[in-house]
Amino acid sequence: MSRNPYVRPVSPTTWYMRNGRYIKYMLREVTCLLVGFYSFFLICVLAILAGGSEERWLAFLASQQNAFWLAFHVIALLFYLVYMTFDWFQLAPKAMPLQVGEQKVPPAFIVAAHYVAWAVVTALVFLLAGVF
Amino acid sequence: MSKRTLDIEVLRYDPEQDTEPHFMSYQVPCEEDWAILDALNYIKEELDTTLAFRWSCHMMVCGSCGMMVNGEPVLTCKTFVRDLPKDVRIEPLENFPIERDLVVVLDDVMEKLQMAKPYIIRKDPPPENEEFNQPRSALYKFKQYTMCVNCMCCYSACPQYALDSSFIGPAVLALAHRYNIDSRDQGKSERLDILADHDGVWNCSFVGACSEVCPKNVDPAAALQQMKIDGAKAYWLQKLPGGKS
Repeated sequence: MSRNPYVRPVSPTTWYMRNGRYIKYMLREVTCLLVGFYSFFLICVLAILAGGSEERWLAFLASQQNAFWLAFHVIALLFYLVYMTFDWFQLAPKAMPLQVGEQKVPPAFIVAAHYVAWAVVTALVFLLAGVF
Repeated sequence: MSKRTLDIEVLRYDPEQDTEPHFMSYQVPCEEDWAILDALNYIKEELDTTLAFRWSCHMMVCGSCGMMVNGEPVLTCKTFVRDLPKDVRIEPLENFPIERDLVVVLDDVMEKLQMAKPYIIRKDPPPENEEFNQPRSALYKFKQYTMCVNCMCCYSACPQYALDSSFIGPAVLALAHRYNIDSRDQGKSERLDILADHDGVWNCSFVGACSEVCPKNVDPAAALQQMKIDGAKAYWLQKLPGGKS
């Protein structure tokens, strides 16, 4: 008897349409485009600030006061919160499991610790920025 | 006990006759407590003796009856008829070549298993004339990974392996991790070169499908992420003055 194994083709461009699990993963990955663009945007904002011209800064602020830019900021924030923060914090206990003695630290505790650290760092940044 | 008739489509492939696989349909009167494996055995015994598939223990231990059932990689001995709709489609595990019908070629993974050196490596000799004691806390660190039955459902779920079969893949890497974190083992550095390579853990993009489908709750995705941290640590420690190369 001769062997003649059959190899099923996998589409390099549409493989992620095979199931919902892959689509969710691709959605997470594709947010990197928005994250990249927002990072670039922030660098531009910093450049305007560093330039020291109050006139340019006020002009920039005025340019953001419309529906397009407001929508952009809301969508970017949602993607950051849902995919970059919530999703990754959910995955953190897998990458950093903790065990105390014979007991595993519950994953929810590790996730919660990330949120606490996030809140502390955010408060520190706000403090340094003079928000409070 | 009541019977329920399922319409089961099975992907068939005869390497001596067919140029590509095709589906064949069977009507199977199933008992309520049957697993899909029982339905396959019914087909083989009563309807079509030419059907080829692997199985052995029928109790989630041997890992040989992994197949795609309605698009999901599962152990067919653990997938019950009562949990399925009337129409069921059974295919061989995805991402592996089909040898015949529902039997796949696993040579690639078997070769990769050796790369992981899945055994305890000692540099110092183990204690002589006494037991090699291991505290339970040390056992619990890796016990989860010892539950793997090599059913290869994780490879079937992994899109990274589907696109690039040079990726060592979930089960083998999880097995290597199991030995890396075993307190009796001293072979972590011997495994690192291969596992921390691009075809090792860094080819994993953390889709997480491997862990979602694992019938034994092994969580290979977790093992891979922990190995990435280990690999990154080892890389940067090498860069320090006096670091080992």
